Amino acid sequence: MIRPSLTMVTLLAVLATSCSHKTAPVVPPKPAGFGAAIVESSGEKQTTQAGTALPQPLVLQVNDQQGSGVAGARVEFSAAPGVTFDPADALTDSSGQVTTIVTLGGMAGRYQVTASSIDKAGKKLSLTIEEIALGYQQTLGRQLNDQYCERCHNPESTVERVSNFDNLEIKPHPFTEGDTLNKLTDADLTAIISHGGPALNKSALMPAWGSTLSRSDIQALISYIRAISDPSNRNAGPVYGQN
Amino acid sequence: MKEILKSLWQKLFGDSVRAFGVVSLVFLVSLAIAPAKNHFSEWRHYQHGYLKMIRNRSDAVTLQRHFEGGIQQIWLPDIGVVDRCTSCHVGLKEASLNDVPTQPFRPHPVIPHKLDQFGCTICHRGQGAATTVAEAHSSTLAWEQPILPAKYIESSCGECHRGPLPGTPQLNQGRHLLSRYGCVHCHTVKLLNGSTMKATDDPPSLSHIADKTTREWIYAWLKDPQAYAATATMPSFKLIDDDARDMSAFLIANSTPQPGDTATLAAKVSSDPAAGASLYGESFCASCHAVQNAAGNLVGGDVGPELTRVGNKVKPEWLQAWLRNPRNYDEETAMPHYRFNDSQVATLSGFLLAKTDSDLLANVHLEAATPEQIAHGKRLVSDYGCASCHEIAGIKKPENFAPELSRIGNKPVTQLVFLPGMQHTLPDYIAAKIKQPRAFGQSLKMPQYTFTPAQIDSLATALLALNDRAATLPPSLTVAAKPDSDYQPAGKAGKLMTDLACFSCHRINGHGGDMAPDLTWEGSSVQRPWLVEFLRNPNTLRPSLIRRMPRFNLTDGEVNELADYIMTVYQSPSINRDSMPLSGYPQGQVELGRQLFYGKYACQGCHIVDTKTDKGYIGPTLTQVGSRLTAAWIFAWMKNPQALRPGTIEPNRAMSDEDVRALTAFLMAQEGGGKSEVARAK
Repeated sequence: MIRPSLTMVTLLAVLATSCSHKTAPVVPPKPAGFGAAIVESSGEKQTTQAGTALPQPLVLQVNDQQGSGVAGARVEFSAAPGVTFDPADALTDSSGQVTTIVTLGGMAGRYQVTASSIDKAGKKLSLTIEEIALGYQQTLGRQLNDQYCERCHNPESTVERVSNFDNLEIKPHPFTEGDTLNKLTDADLTAIISHGGPALNKSALMPAWGSTLSRSDIQALISYIRAISDPSNRNAGPVYGQN
Repeated sequence: MKEILKSLWQKLFGDSVRAFGVVSLVFLVSLAIAPAKNHFSEWRHYQHGYLKMIRNRSDAVTLQRHFEGGIQQIWLPDIGVVDRCTSCHVGLKEASLNDVPTQPFRPHPVIPHKLDQFGCTICHRGQGAATTVAEAHSSTLAWEQPILPAKYIESSCGECHRGPLPGTPQLNQGRHLLSRYGCVHCHTVKLLNGSTMKATDDPPSLSHIADKTTREWIYAWLKDPQAYAATATMPSFKLIDDDARDMSAFLIANSTPQPGDTATLAAKVSSDPAAGASLYGESFCASCHAVQNAAGNLVGGDVGPELTRVGNKVKPEWLQAWLRNPRNYDEETAMPHYRFNDSQVATLSGFLLAKTDSDLLANVHLEAATPEQIAHGKRLVSDYGCASCHEIAGIKKPENFAPELSRIGNKPVTQLVFLPGMQHTLPDYIAAKIKQPRAFGQSLKMPQYTFTPAQIDSLATALLALNDRAATLPPSLTVAAKPDSDYQPAGKAGKLMTDLACFSCHRINGHGGDMAPDLTWEGSSVQRPWLVEFLRNPNTLRPSLIRRMPRFNLTDGEVNELADYIMTVYQSPSINRDSMPLSGYPQGQVELGRQLFYGKYACQGCHIVDTKTDKGYIGPTLTQVGSRLTAAWIFAWMKNPQALRPGTIEPNRAMSDEDVRALTAFLMAQEGGGKSEVARAK
């Protein structure tokens, strides 16, 4: 009687180990280094269409107390449900950096992305940054912005597009300038876009677009301006944090 | 055991009254199941949740009034919609709920369509008639099509809208990539208007390849095209060394010389890097070709191939022949025939040949090919379908080389083979297949592309729009794409325009590129003397822009031929160029125009009239606009710029006729210095 039960036990044990072997989750990478702080290197405050990947990967760096990069530190990314990371969990490279491609959730709004790691003492380090997902209307607004507004309102030049910002005697407000633009109501913005700067006693260098853009175009533009404003606009919709 | 059962039976059905009572009780309970299920249904739970949520809001009364309990349904028999989604998604139409972070109570984002016109599943798919979350959102035994993930939502727009839309950049890009990366060379995509999607990547013919390059370069290129140029369209076939060796052997052996290509060097290759760089710059090669700069960034356009390592690729004699007249080697090329003289050809070819990377071919050492290797190479070239894209003498373009994708958007998941660990949905399958085709089997022929995650998503979006439902929607809903124009100018001038590849940059009558201004009404717009001078020597005031009109070194005869044709044919029927004089406007009107220019309309924000004070450079410089444009054109332009060039960025200022006349007078007075140095912006 003892022998068969022993065989049974061994058989079960073997089965169990082989099964658990099969279904074992991907073993998380073992950290080889521990930092003191996580800092953003690039990829914060990007905009993309809801549900799609950010145009540039998110690059973060894990630093030691002296502020230099720590290799082999494990960084985990997390955010609201619907946000995915590729990879979601990685070790920093030789320069202390970790790179992930972030795909935002399907609803328009701001998404908080949290990166976390542990320091030598096992204490949790974390960094939270924000990314922006655009809905249909904001995407349309961004397209109009790129065509009509950006040449003057964006002070940054690229190889393809030279900014006209510096050529203007009275400087236009970049659309991210929330401190100023959040004080203007939607009606103010509509007036200034439709009838030009003088409608609000501002410079005539801002032309009237009311005969070029339709009403819904202007609404789309405003929704885009609200979406990218920094600090954020309270009408821009919810912030999706970690639940 | 038996005893217990027996006593239980006795207790329940011992006598007829007792049995009747028990049976009635069971009957009553079973009757109550249906109402109880209804009472505890998911949608009722969500509606309770909604009412609880709105109770404490400031707009509770309004929301309460809008609320309707019970199962809600949008029924649109014409398009087969029976959608009960609004039973749980109660607040879809309440814009004020924008601050609610969680579903199902978010309001629907603003879109151009009304919920009552299209319902939900037309865009989002899923099972509309279902009343539980699982059945509505996921695939079930009875319903295959689950909810479409948000990142592919634009594919639904593409079912009705067959052309590009401003609000669907992802769909537009996906459709563009299908043509631009030549997917449709191998995969047939029949569109619903009866046409077939065409590729726009223009892969070169390989019939005379030995004139152009060496076997070593072909070998390195076949092994890894992106090592030669990061922007290369050609994908990697992941060939083993022997296969690449044999294919390169076959391509060289199969190549026949093209007269004129292998002529001995007519001009010595000059090695004056400064002169070369300046000719490269003056000829605006960078408008179409990119080169990697020291910082590793690509600078230049993407119409032609990247030139970072072109010296590793081309033979000097071929390059010189190409620079002399590219149409001799490739009749269809987008490259203009520049009419360079011998010394220019020498300078430019020397400059380009110096663009090399010593690592690229350092480890390529190929022995002379054997006949067996060549025969094997030919077999491989046929097997991999190289002739689907490239013209190769002696090998026919294969028909139906890869699966047709005309209806890929409703391929049943039961017909797909998934990889372990991936989600069993069609969008996931398509994305995974594009990302890494050979992961689905080492023997598969589909090559490896270097698409970004965003490009893969946009390709999947465009492919999901190719489905049966798109074919069965009522024709009244479809919005056709603007048909492609195949406009060709006529006669001698037409031939000249083809030779100069004007249509690579300019659009005329709906045909051509969008890099440079649309020339459809150019004859109404400009004055002939300016046009002649510009064609001869297109000077620019703004060297900061890399995309400019190059100088083609035209003869006087050619310049006149082009100017005559443009002035006669490209006339707008709505503009009479002689209706307003070119000069002689009263001083008072000119002065009024000046005030309007600098004051009311603040045109100096974008245009320069006085180079000392004005700085704006979004629009063309206007220092000599009076000798460039006709007054009638300026008048019509300022009245409504978009009517003359749709999409132009100059705003329509809704000016009165009086203001426009004064501004026209002011601008016509700007005749500039003697030399034409007018710049034009897109």
